[in-house]
Amino acid sequence: MNNLAQNAGIKQDHYLQTIKKTPFYNRQKEWDKVNQWHRWGEYTVCDVFESIAKEYFAIRNSASLFDLTPMSKYRIKGPDALAFMNRLVTRDMSKIKVGRVAYVIWCDDAGQVLDDGTIFRLGENEYRLCSQERQLEILKRNAIGFDVEFWEETDEVAAISFQGPVTCRILRNMGFSDVETLKLFDLRYFDFQGEQILISRTGFTGDLGYELMVSPDKAEALWDAIFEAGKDYAVRPIGGNALELARVEAGFLQAGVDFLPANETIRPGCTRSPYELGMHWLVKLDKGVTFNGRRALINEQKNGSRYRFVKLDVEGNKTACNAYLFDRKNGKSIGATTSTAWAPSAKKNVALGYVEMPHGKSGDVVWAEIYYQKELKWNRVWAKCLVVDKPFWDPERKRLTPPADF
Amino acid sequence: MTNNYDILIVGGGHNGLICAAYLARAGKRVCVLEARGSFGGAAATEAITDKCRASTGAQFLYQLHPQIIADLALEKHGLRYARRNLPTTVLATDGKHLTINHDQLTGENVSAADQQAFSEFMDEMQAFAKIIGKLIDQPPMDIFDLDWDDKINSVKLGWALRFGLGKTRMRELLRIIGMTMFDLADEKFDNDLLKGALSFDSVLGTQFGARSSGNVLKYLFRHALSNKSEMDLPYGGMGSVVNAIEKSAAEAGVGLRSNAKVKSIDVENCRVVGVTLENGEKLIAGTVISNTDIRTTVLDLVGSRHFEADFVHATTNVRMRGVAAKLHLVLSEAPDFNGLDPELMKGRLLIAPSAEEVELAYNAVKYGELSERPLMEISIPSLCDDTVFDGDSDGDGDCHLLNATVQYAPYALKGGWNDENRAELIERCITQLERYSPDIRGKIQHVELLTPLDLEKRFGLKAGDWDHGEMALDQMLILRPVPGSSRYNLPLDGLHLCGASAHPGGGVMGAAGRNAARMILKGEAK
Repeated sequence: MNNLAQNAGIKQDHYLQTIKKTPFYNRQKEWDKVNQWHRWGEYTVCDVFESIAKEYFAIRNSASLFDLTPMSKYRIKGPDALAFMNRLVTRDMSKIKVGRVAYVIWCDDAGQVLDDGTIFRLGENEYRLCSQERQLEILKRNAIGFDVEFWEETDEVAAISFQGPVTCRILRNMGFSDVETLKLFDLRYFDFQGEQILISRTGFTGDLGYELMVSPDKAEALWDAIFEAGKDYAVRPIGGNALELARVEAGFLQAGVDFLPANETIRPGCTRSPYELGMHWLVKLDKGVTFNGRRALINEQKNGSRYRFVKLDVEGNKTACNAYLFDRKNGKSIGATTSTAWAPSAKKNVALGYVEMPHGKSGDVVWAEIYYQKELKWNRVWAKCLVVDKPFWDPERKRLTPPADF
Repeated sequence: MTNNYDILIVGGGHNGLICAAYLARAGKRVCVLEARGSFGGAAATEAITDKCRASTGAQFLYQLHPQIIADLALEKHGLRYARRNLPTTVLATDGKHLTINHDQLTGENVSAADQQAFSEFMDEMQAFAKIIGKLIDQPPMDIFDLDWDDKINSVKLGWALRFGLGKTRMRELLRIIGMTMFDLADEKFDNDLLKGALSFDSVLGTQFGARSSGNVLKYLFRHALSNKSEMDLPYGGMGSVVNAIEKSAAEAGVGLRSNAKVKSIDVENCRVVGVTLENGEKLIAGTVISNTDIRTTVLDLVGSRHFEADFVHATTNVRMRGVAAKLHLVLSEAPDFNGLDPELMKGRLLIAPSAEEVELAYNAVKYGELSERPLMEISIPSLCDDTVFDGDSDGDGDCHLLNATVQYAPYALKGGWNDENRAELIERCITQLERYSPDIRGKIQHVELLTPLDLEKRFGLKAGDWDHGEMALDQMLILRPVPGSSRYNLPLDGLHLCGASAHPGGGVMGAAGRNAARMILKGEAK
C-alpha cells in the first residue's frame, strides 16, 4: 500500500502536519492575551486578542490588522483568462480593467451560489481569485477547453487586511506614494523593501481599508513597518470576532453562514441563487456570453425566486440569534435569521436572514421569536423587525478619494 | 445555392437523414452536412478491393424502426433484402454447431430441456423487449417536469408493466434487469454454445463481459425493436439502406451536401446561429442538430465555453470506449466450417463457444490488451448478395467475402495501435477462425482490418464507439447522454442532438433521429 502510494506520487506525511501557522503568527502571538484561536483552512487564526470591543473600535475609529493569509487564493493565467473568468462568474468581467478588483459570486449550472469572493485583475491575462471556500475542483472543471493555467497560491501569499479611517495615513507614512489615489476596488503594486507589495482598496468591514499582499518572507517586516508608521494611530491586530461584528453591520454575506455553498449541500432547498441573496446587481444575464447558472437564472427571473435575503432592524436589545421569522406575531413561520449582532456604530440591533417569497419587501415588517437565556432560565420575546435595503453602516469615507487625512 | 436554412444537421448518418426527412416533411427547410463523400456514417457499403464492395461498418439490419420504414416509404425508395430472418449458428470446433432460429434450437447437443426452456425464455424476452420498445419509441420523460405526454406515457408504461406483462412476468423482469447474462443463462440452460451466444449478444460493442452486471438490459435493448429477433442482410449492404433513406429525404426536399465537413457550430449571444465548414463557407440556421456524438459536438464543434461548467464536466465523463474491430477477408472459395450446412452459412455465424470464453476474451480488454481468442460475429454476404463481387480476382467466379465483427480489441490499446499489433490481431483472428475452419488460411486472398481507431478515423466514431456512448444503465434513458439533456435538447439555445449519443442509443435503429424530429417540432408548436 505504501509503495503504491509512493509510486503514485502521493505524499505520505500529510497526516503528520498539524495546524499551520501563518507568517504573521509570531507577531500576533505577542498581542494575544486570552488564547482564543480557531482553525481556518489549514491555519490557526485568532478569534480575539484582548477584547472584542477594543478590536472592533480599532476598525471603526483607528486602524486594525486582520490576518487574511488562510483565505483561499488562486492564480489564473493564460490567453483565455478573461473568457474563463467571464464564464465562471455572473458579473461581466470584460468591464473589470487591469488594476481593478471585482466582488463576484459564482454558481453551479442550476444557478445556485457556490461561493463569493474577489477577483484581482493583475494583468491583461492574469487574475487572482480569493474566496472563503476551496475552489480547485471548481476551477478544474471550469478550465476544460480553455487555454488557461491555474494554481493555488494560498501558502505563497501573506495577506493582511488593514482597515480603519487612519489606514491611508499610515500607508503614506510607510512611503507608499500616491496610495491615497486608490479608489474603492483599485489595486496597485508598490515597492516594499526590494520586493513588490500588492495593495488593494478592498475589505470586509464596510469601512475605509486596504488589503496588503506580500511574499511570506516579508510578512514580519510588513507587520513591523505598519506598527512603526502607525505608532501614533492606535493600530491593533483584531481577531475574527471583531471582524464578524463589522461585516454584519456592513451587511456582507458570509459563505457557510448566510448561505451554504451549493456543492456542500445535500438536501433540496438548502441552496441559494444570487437573486435569493439580494445579489441582482452582480448578475449580468445579457453580457452576451454563457456563464454558469445563466439558463437557470433566466428561468428564475421568469418564474420567481423561492427566498428573499433580508437585512433587519430588530426592535429591542436582544439579538435575534438563531430566530425563526414570522409573518406576524404568533403567525406563520416564513424564514430565519442567519447572522445577528448589536451593531455598535449603527447603534442598532441588526440581523441578516432569509424569508420565503413574497415576504420581506423593503419597508415590510416581519417578526422574530427570540429565545435568550438569563442565568440558565430561558425567556422568549417577540421582536418586530423592519426590513431595510441599505447597509446598517455605510460611511462616506469608505468611498471618499483621497481619504480624509489625519 | 442558398446558405440559409431553418435547420442544419451536422452529420449524415442514418439518424441525421431520418431526422431531416421527418423535419422536411413537416415543412422545414433542412440541409444535412456530411464530412465524407457518401452518407450513412458507419452504415456503409464500401470498396474492400477493387472488385469487392460490402458493409464495412454495421452489417446486419435488425433494429430499423418499422414505423420509419413505413413513414419514409423506404421500400419504395429501394430498400431490399438479400436475405431475411437469418438464423444464428454458434460454431463449434467439433462440428456440432448450434443453430438458433428465433426460439428453436437445432444441433447435436441440444437437450429437450434446453429447447423447452429456450422457447419459454424467448417468449419472455419478447414480452420484456416490447416494454423496452415502448421506452425506445418516445423521448425519455422529464421526471422533474412532466408534461401531459410524459404523464400519459408513464401511465401507459405502468399499465403495460403491471397488466400487460402480468404480475409474475413483471416480477421476473425486475429480477433479471440488473443481472449478468452469465448468471441468467447459467440458471436456465445447459448448452455452452447457447450460453455463449446469449452472452455475446449482451456484450457486443460494449466494454462488458459475460459477468458484467446490467448486460441483460443491454440484451433486451438489442431485441427491443426487432420483431421476434429477426435479422436481415440488406441487398447491396448497409449502404443501400442509407441510399433508400437518402432518396426519401431528398424527395421530402432535404438539402444533402456531402464533402461538407463542419468545422464549427457557431454561437452568437448565447444561441446557435449556424455552422462554418472546413472550407470557410458559412451556413445560417437558427436550429442546428448534431448527428455526431455529444463529446465531439460540445467540446470540438461548439466549444466548451458556450456551455456551463457542470454540463461540460458531465460531457467529458461520458464513457466511450470502442472494443470491436472489423475484419474483411476475401476468400478464393467459400469457407468450410467443419461441415456446416451451406444454407446456414448464409445466416449469422458466431464464435462465442461459451459464456466463460466470452468472459475470458473480455479479461484482456480490461488491461488494454487484445483477446487471445477473439469473439466473432460473421456474415458471408457474397453467398446471397450478387452485388458484393464485381467479377472475381482469380476469375473462377467463386470468391467470397467473410465479414466479421471482432471483439475484444480496445480502442485504447496499451502502447497504441501500430503495424505490429494490427498484424498480431489479424493473426489471432485467423488462428481463431482456423479452429473452426481448418483450411481457411489458404483461401485468404485479401485482408482488411479496421481497428476501433480506424473506425474513428473513417466514420468519425469517437473512440471507435459505434454507440456514441456506452450502452450501460447509467448512460441510458433519462441519463443519456447526460442527465438533464436526454430530450434531444442541449443546454444551448438552438442546439439539438439526433444521433446515437441521444436516447435510445446506437444501432441502425433510427429512433433517435425520429424522436429528435418529433421533439423539435413539438418544441416549436408550444
